[in-house]
Amino acid sequence: MSSGLYGAYGGRYVPETLIPALDELEQGWQDALADEAYAAELAHLASTYAGRPTPLTAAERFAPGKRLYLKREDLLYTGAHKLNNALGQAVLARRLGKGRIVAETGAGQHGVATATVCARFGLECVVYMGSEDMRRQRPNVERMGLLGAEVRPVEFGTKTLKEATSEAIRDWITNVETTHYLIGSCVGPHPYPQIVRELQAVIGREAREQMLELEGRLPEAVVACVGGGSNAIGIFAGFVDDPDVQLIGVEAAGAASLGSGRPGVLHGARSPVLSDEDGQIADAHSISAGLDYPGVGPEHAALRDSGRARYLGATDEEALASFRRLARTEGLLPALEPAHALARVEGLDAELILVCLSGRGDKDLAEVMSLTTGSPP
Amino acid sequence: MRKRLSIYLMCGPETPALAEAAVAGGADLLELGFPFSDPLADGPVIRRAAERALAQGMRTAACLDCLAQVRSRVEVPLVPMTYASLLEAHGWDAFARDAEARGATSLIVADLPVDERPELRRVQLVAPTSTDERLRLAAGSTDGWLYLVTLTGTTGPRADLSPALAGLVERARAVTGLPLLAGFGISTPEQARAAAGLADGIVVGSRAVEIAEEGPDALSRYVASLRQAIDA
Ligand SMILES: Cc1ncc(COP(=O)(O)O)c(C=O)c1O
Repeated sequence: MSSGLYGAYGGRYVPETLIPALDELEQGWQDALADEAYAAELAHLASTYAGRPTPLTAAERFAPGKRLYLKREDLLYTGAHKLNNALGQAVLARRLGKGRIVAETGAGQHGVATATVCARFGLECVVYMGSEDMRRQRPNVERMGLLGAEVRPVEFGTKTLKEATSEAIRDWITNVETTHYLIGSCVGPHPYPQIVRELQAVIGREAREQMLELEGRLPEAVVACVGGGSNAIGIFAGFVDDPDVQLIGVEAAGAASLGSGRPGVLHGARSPVLSDEDGQIADAHSISAGLDYPGVGPEHAALRDSGRARYLGATDEEALASFRRLARTEGLLPALEPAHALARVEGLDAELILVCLSGRGDKDLAEVMSLTTGSPP
Repeated sequence: MRKRLSIYLMCGPETPALAEAAVAGGADLLELGFPFSDPLADGPVIRRAAERALAQGMRTAACLDCLAQVRSRVEVPLVPMTYASLLEAHGWDAFARDAEARGATSLIVADLPVDERPELRRVQLVAPTSTDERLRLAAGSTDGWLYLVTLTGTTGPRADLSPALAGLVERARAVTGLPLLAGFGISTPEQARAAAGLADGIVVGSRAVEIAEEGPDALSRYVASLRQAIDA
């Protein structure tokens, strides 16, 4: 079996209890990849259930002087790219004979996607969510409940995605024989970063073809927000072998693991993390629950070190400004997460630019309204 | 052979006195927790103890000092137990060297399975989910004894001793002659006796951490009750 290393990053830093399950998962994944029926089932679900392919939209007014295209993952059913991964892993879990799913969620988008696929396939579903995130992403908590998932609040520590992920892993350690851990980003122990990347690579494959069709050439730059990094790694996958295409990830300034973290071990992998000099994990801070995480996927660390991709930051204020601007100039309400990616478009040394609009903003309305009361839109 | 009794304590200002009390009560070995902010293998009791210890400033340097103070007070083997993040930050070799210099006998790293960092000498953990092949790997590289995690789950008291322990002991015995110590979910003298009847010794963590909050005398009495149960 492969080592699961990306340069010096990745690996399996988990209690021994989980290792046989990770071996089983890796075997099941390899079998699925080799089985045309798996790909066919995912393709069928993508077109008949999820709403793929998602379109590319030219955003002509948002960034004067640029030719900007948006990859519309916000139009995917459930409102974000997270469904690509949840569907793929749910089908995989069924192949492995697991009837129970646990997941973590930050913004609630991965939780909703997971609850959705569990309802679709009749799987029991438990989602861990920090109580602070439950407060700021209320509509998604309600959606998960309606879909039949049990949302378990995590009341300690940061009360956000970091703690929710730890609790989901503790649940998995306890119920590993019956349960599949449906991780929501390209993080965690091997083989999760690989699985999530492959399942999100559909974004990049489609976008590359669509760009060639619409513009007759590849974009000069591809931009995506980076929390754990799954929508970014998915869209990058379509262009990583095109050396002239700049790959740019945008982190929240207060959660910039790649920008200001140090190598550490969090949630099963060695990767850049926000931590102190003793290896204690620091709190991340972002207005966007989906980016409010002190770690990042190991493959991004390797892309950063090799220079193939660059990683920038955007502040809460910049993300809010882009959120409002996209609404007013294009009629699109983005999620706060991709609003970070949009915030960096203007300053890029590129004209033809592709941004992954990873999700829609309905979930963020209450948070945005409460922060903008009094200030003109 | 006398069954071994290992007691886990979280590093903190009171730990040297508590360690002495645990040894007076009959502990043969002490595991000293170096707290980590995100302890995946731990249930609520040890997680909260880690949060408290970190709030008291028990970072790696303070924990190493604590280890040295414990060493100056007791003779039994001392084994720091922590998570990979602390070693990554301190330097893997430097951590092992600095712990040894302050009196550590070995190390336990809860999120470091046998395949990762094979060069680091440590006590390996195995679990009911471990295959026979993995038991063999772990036994082949472990430092002195093998830690049998009695259950699939995190640390913390349970109502009953895990039914998975007997089978795990049997499978581990088939691959190694090293001492087997059973831990996770053992808190009462009855559970201690039953587990020691199967394995070569036991580890008690969460309950010891809880009782330690009541002070050295309470801890000493509690450890003595475990000692009596496993010697009976
Ligand atoms: C719309 C959206 N974009 C991005 C993210 C961040 O995740 P990732 O970096 O894995 O794409 C989230 C996470 O919740 C999200 O909901």
